[in-house]
Amino acid sequence: MKDLLKALPWIGPAVALIAAVVLFPVGLMFWNSTRDISQSGVDDGGVGLANFATVVGFQYFWPILGRTVIWVVVVVACTLLGSLALAALLNKAFPGRRLVRMAVIVPWAASVVMTTLVVHYGLEPYFGIINSFLVDIGLIDTPEGYGWTRHAGTAFAWAMAVAVFVSLPFTTYTILAGLQTVPGETVEAARIDGANGVRTYFSVVLPQLRGAISVAVLINIINVFNSLPILRVMTGSIPGYDADTVMTMIFKYMQNQRQIDLASALSVIAFLVVIGIVAIYVRAVRPLEEV
Amino acid sequence: MTAITDSATTPRKVIRPTSGNGRRVRKYTADQVPIGSLLLRMFAGLVVLVVFLLPYLIMFFGSVKTKAEIRSVDPTYFPTEWHWENYATMWSTPETPLLQNLISTLVISVCATLLVLAVALPASYYTARFRFPGRLVFLFLVIVTQMVQPAVLTSGLFRQFISWGILDTWAAMILVNAAFNLSFAVWIMHSFFAGIPKEVDEAAQLDGAGTFAVLTKINLPLVWPGIVTAVVFTFVASWNEFAASLVLLSTAGNQPLSVALTKFVGQYETSWHYVFGVSVVAIVPVVILFMAIEKRLVGGLVAGSVK
Repeated sequence: MKDLLKALPWIGPAVALIAAVVLFPVGLMFWNSTRDISQSGVDDGGVGLANFATVVGFQYFWPILGRTVIWVVVVVACTLLGSLALAALLNKAFPGRRLVRMAVIVPWAASVVMTTLVVHYGLEPYFGIINSFLVDIGLIDTPEGYGWTRHAGTAFAWAMAVAVFVSLPFTTYTILAGLQTVPGETVEAARIDGANGVRTYFSVVLPQLRGAISVAVLINIINVFNSLPILRVMTGSIPGYDADTVMTMIFKYMQNQRQIDLASALSVIAFLVVIGIVAIYVRAVRPLEEV
Repeated sequence: MTAITDSATTPRKVIRPTSGNGRRVRKYTADQVPIGSLLLRMFAGLVVLVVFLLPYLIMFFGSVKTKAEIRSVDPTYFPTEWHWENYATMWSTPETPLLQNLISTLVISVCATLLVLAVALPASYYTARFRFPGRLVFLFLVIVTQMVQPAVLTSGLFRQFISWGILDTWAAMILVNAAFNLSFAVWIMHSFFAGIPKEVDEAAQLDGAGTFAVLTKINLPLVWPGIVTAVVFTFVASWNEFAASLVLLSTAGNQPLSVALTKFVGQYETSWHYVFGVSVVAIVPVVILFMAIEKRLVGGLVAGSVK
């Protein structure tokens, strides 16, 4: 006990900050999800689980949930495959490698909002530069291009592409760190045994990347599930709910409809989903074993 | 920390494969590379370089076009005339007070970073150096925060800051950014402190230095790279934060650039050249910061598991 008191001045502020700005709002969110809160913010008493019933009963709830699963699975899978290839390249020596590594950092450091904005502009009909490029190389026949951002399906697909693009740097660097721990001897031994490059990669290198890959996938799942800005910019101006994920829906409840009680209920569902995914994942893959 | 060292061979060593002196541990990189595959790698590298820089090049070229040119139905890839004055005129666009937005971004990021440093530094030092009851509970709490992001908690934070009377203030976003970046900072600095032999501390203590003096005089100079990494990471994450700011800051002047710039989307006549000019101004400094800590980018939570 004396030891704990001695530690308090050192760790106390950190505990206080986490308690006040992470744990307390979690509790408040759970509490609010069972209340009836008016649009002006007045608490009109408890309603049990009625908010959850309203949120789940919303006619677009299940499509939104399904789309969220697609969003997470497709983005994380494509990110992982792309990063494995990128990391394999960046781990090989060639003149200019440092420059390429630096370029790969840029989408990581840059604001996701701003990266998405430039893609959104590029996809505009008439003056968008991506549309113009697609017309120039003959992929699109109409001179004004195609209204990618006007239709829920295509806007969502482009949003997934942007999500992969901004997730690649972190994932690539994590796998790169893993690759650098693969002992050269194991690779050479495989070569001597007559395995070619591809075979060596799949049977010797890839299994040793398990730790790096599982951490990268876990963090990507959390990030992609929680991602708001890409869809907000890309599909936010499309009416209806055909391009929404759970996260954009929470913000629609909160901002467009000013229903903080419903937003809280959906947030609680999202929160539990994230915790559930993390728990299952950590049990199955044990990515945090060595922390 | 072994995970974070850049241990791959340098290009120079590959061009002259016989000069391998064996001082560096050889990793998964072939030593003798035929010129053909070297060229192939360079070509692949060039493609990657172009793909990753392309959106930002479009941004940059767009930022010096005129409004007429960037909205022309016959779009140009490169500006026909370079209008550098956009970088001066963009601050007075009617959509949002961009200069105030830049100041907000700066104030929130700097204060959040300072707060993280003030809170995480002592905590990471103490948990790396001393055993005490509750130490593991604390470290577990820190990992759990890493799993939670402000986006999922905004409804709770919104109500909480109303009752605290700091909704729509910089203070709210400083607290949010500090709290949600705390875990990374604690982990990365923890791993640096843990890397210093305890004997160094004990020797200083024998000479009569107190715990605080040992931290500031002996440890700080040694963990400097860890501190820089934590600072850069927190700063850049706060600089780019979007979801919580979107809900918690409603006054236009209080909002950071990430939120302010989304207001241009869906306008009748979006001033894309200004959006891109501001984006360039906002992106260049943080990219430079990230490049400066390139070798330690994979840190914190990842450091332990990617051994």
